[in-house]
Amino acid sequence: MLSGLELYIGGVLLLVGAVFTLLAAVGVVRLPDLYTRMHAASKAGAVGGGLILLAVAVLSQDAAVSLRAIIGMVFLWLTTPVSAHLLARASYLSGYKPCKETMIDELAPNKEQNSAS
Amino acid sequence: MTAAIFIEWATLISLVLLGLALLVSLVRIVIGPTLSDRVLALDLLTVVAMGFVGAIAVRTGLWLYLDIAIALALLGFLATVALARYVLLRGSRNDIVTEER
Repeated sequence: MLSGLELYIGGVLLLVGAVFTLLAAVGVVRLPDLYTRMHAASKAGAVGGGLILLAVAVLSQDAAVSLRAIIGMVFLWLTTPVSAHLLARASYLSGYKPCKETMIDELAPNKEQNSAS
Repeated sequence: MTAAIFIEWATLISLVLLGLALLVSLVRIVIGPTLSDRVLALDLLTVVAMGFVGAIAVRTGLWLYLDIAIALALLGFLATVALARYVLLRGSRNDIVTEER
């Protein structure tokens, strides 16, 4: 039966988005330091929220609502990396050290130069 | 299983998972050792709340809830930018820890 195919696709998108969001929350609690937590929150959180908005766009079957949902999804995917990068840079410059397992710290030699700008 | 029943179950399971995500990220807000951790968890919390509102919009069929979700995403971005500015200006004088595992 192909009559309600878009409803099944929308439901599956909603479930996958919810699972990704839950994984982001678990990663924020379980990972060792701020920068790895930020990796979990920004990537998995953006994908989860974006998939839920995409599910709303598929399920609404109304052009105005779908357009608003897709615009919201694009906005979310544009702003989440920006805010995560901004917070990482601010907390690095104010002295938050990465955890001991961090192999590469490329900002370390340029710290004075970065904070002066 | 018809499509309507499938949508009903999918939204119910999604609401349960998103509620769990709200509780789990609340844990990091409470125990987070520094200010930046709490700001990050609040950022994730607004995204989870946005997904919650979207799932409620699908479940009830009231698509005006979508506007609340978009406004919540904008609010979360602006709050994170402002709090990152605050972290940069105030620094973290008192609560810097190098975390040991």
